[in-house]
Amino acid sequence: MAVIEIKQVAKTFGSFTALHSVDLTIADQEFMVLLGASGCGKTTLLRIIAGLETPTTGEVWIGGRRVDHLPPRERGIAMVFQNYAVFPHLTVFENIAFGLRMKKMDQAEVTRRVNRTAELMHIEQLLKRYSGELSGGQRQRVAVARALAMEPDVILMDEPLSNLDALLRLEMRAELKGVLAESKTTTIYVTHDQVEAMSLADRISVMNGGRIVQAANPVEVYRNPAARFVGSFIGNPPMNFLKAEPAGAGKWQVAGQVFDGPAAAAAEFAIRPEDLHPAEAGLPAEVRVVEPLGPHTLITASVAGQPFRAVLESNLLPAPGDMLRLAPVPDRIRWFDPATQSAL
Amino acid sequence: MPRLLPYLLLLPATAFLCLFFLYPFVQVAHDSVMRNGVYTLENFSRMAGHWKFSTAFWNTMILAAVVVPIQLAMALTMASIVTKLQRGRSTILYIFAIPLGISDLAAGLIWLSVFEQSGFLNSLLVGLGIVDRPILLLGYQNTWIIFIAIVLAEVWRATAIMMVILVAGMGLIPKEYGEAADVFGASRWQKFRRVTLPMLKPSLQTALILRVILAFEVFAVVVALGGTQLPVLMSETYHWQFAMQERGVAAAFAMVILGVSVAFTILILRLLHVPKGARV
Repeated sequence: MAVIEIKQVAKTFGSFTALHSVDLTIADQEFMVLLGASGCGKTTLLRIIAGLETPTTGEVWIGGRRVDHLPPRERGIAMVFQNYAVFPHLTVFENIAFGLRMKKMDQAEVTRRVNRTAELMHIEQLLKRYSGELSGGQRQRVAVARALAMEPDVILMDEPLSNLDALLRLEMRAELKGVLAESKTTTIYVTHDQVEAMSLADRISVMNGGRIVQAANPVEVYRNPAARFVGSFIGNPPMNFLKAEPAGAGKWQVAGQVFDGPAAAAAEFAIRPEDLHPAEAGLPAEVRVVEPLGPHTLITASVAGQPFRAVLESNLLPAPGDMLRLAPVPDRIRWFDPATQSAL
Repeated sequence: MPRLLPYLLLLPATAFLCLFFLYPFVQVAHDSVMRNGVYTLENFSRMAGHWKFSTAFWNTMILAAVVVPIQLAMALTMASIVTKLQRGRSTILYIFAIPLGISDLAAGLIWLSVFEQSGFLNSLLVGLGIVDRPILLLGYQNTWIIFIAIVLAEVWRATAIMMVILVAGMGLIPKEYGEAADVFGASRWQKFRRVTLPMLKPSLQTALILRVILAFEVFAVVVALGGTQLPVLMSETYHWQFAMQERGVAAAFAMVILGVSVAFTILILRLLHVPKGARV
């Protein structure tokens, strides 16, 4: 049972502020993904929770206990490192057993736990090997097994799949999800890969510039971005944004078309590329690039002089230079405040 | 031509080694088994038969056995401290390394000025009223004081070389391993014992081999502090070569030093062997 509470945690390195007063509560057994581009503070936040970094201000609570003054070993956590940090001088068995040995657990229990987690990660045939004799994927499995063997309340993962090749990453992703759901631990997972975040998370915390911009479930983050940044960061291709001119009474004119919108002083129109379809009336788009991708066709176009993308049925193959009318799905249109960048 | 180039480039160094290392070595080895123009082991039996041989041999061994572990412990401690420093690291490293720049004879003389009858230690003892008049510390009655003085001088002089090697070695251990140890519950001592030390093995090998070989060759410090009171293998070699004009016996001593050095090098390599696949 471990709820993690982060209360007004800030971290500065010299004159650089890595985290601006972050508040976040992670529920027991929740899979929380911290998502953001490099330098957004996600790894710093994870390391503060782990105890490898001390917050400049703020508090960290794990399972109702304040831990920010405790060394990592007293926090009831286990961690999977980006470069695995599988000890080269120990066999796979001893690597998995490392944390248990530090706790002076008796040999029978160590053997039982190592065998069980090794089996879970499908590395039971590698127990006698050294890490130098393992592939990247196998090392990754050892690192996860070492964390699971601790049967910790909290598992922290720092970009654990980023060093694997694409195919292996896909396979490990699915496996991790299954294993972690079964282990019933609270998981915090740092990644810059939005697909990884969407597929694994119960909740995603999107981070930017040392702040958490939105913390919500993956579909919510995707459908209803709380800020312009979230829409432009998540989704491949990301959200389209167009300037909107007020047309009175909650109406907005976008590229010559009039849409119902919020009552505000200024607004920016946003739509996801897949929420568009060709129609008689719609946004006038001049096709620039056509990329047939198999399941669909990706169109890069220009709408009122602004770059604009649409994902269309793959039987539609316009030529560059064609004019298309693209109609947005009405309930998928989002509006952002150009000044504060947050959703309206 | 490109295939020959590497060998060509190695040629000057190889020639240098052959001329100034291999040739004298063969010469000494040859001298040690040659007496009056015939091949014989008489040099070795003369050496072993001399009453000072066993004293010199054991003095050398005991000196190494005392000095090297002290240096190892100190070098490990100093290296750990230096590695942890956030700033001022290179300044501290330079200060620690100053004795390295002093020749061993000069180091011996420095410590002689501490321990001799008119030296600092005696002045201090007299000044504090602990003794009435200066005492002869380095006399033949007190070889144990000579021994301690030599240990001090050696530790002072040559610990830094081990430290420098260990600092470099610790720098090569990725930080993540230490962090993993922290997260998985290791105390500071456990982290040192179970992670740092095993991963430091290659550097420990280098540092120990270097130091042990130099410890078997200890000479100037011993002569400066003890004269002939505390014979060691190297001082006996010198004695037989120059005082006794017995080139063959001196060569035999040199071969013994070589043999001991090789034996210990192999032992250290074996003990600190890192299995293939277990390397960083």
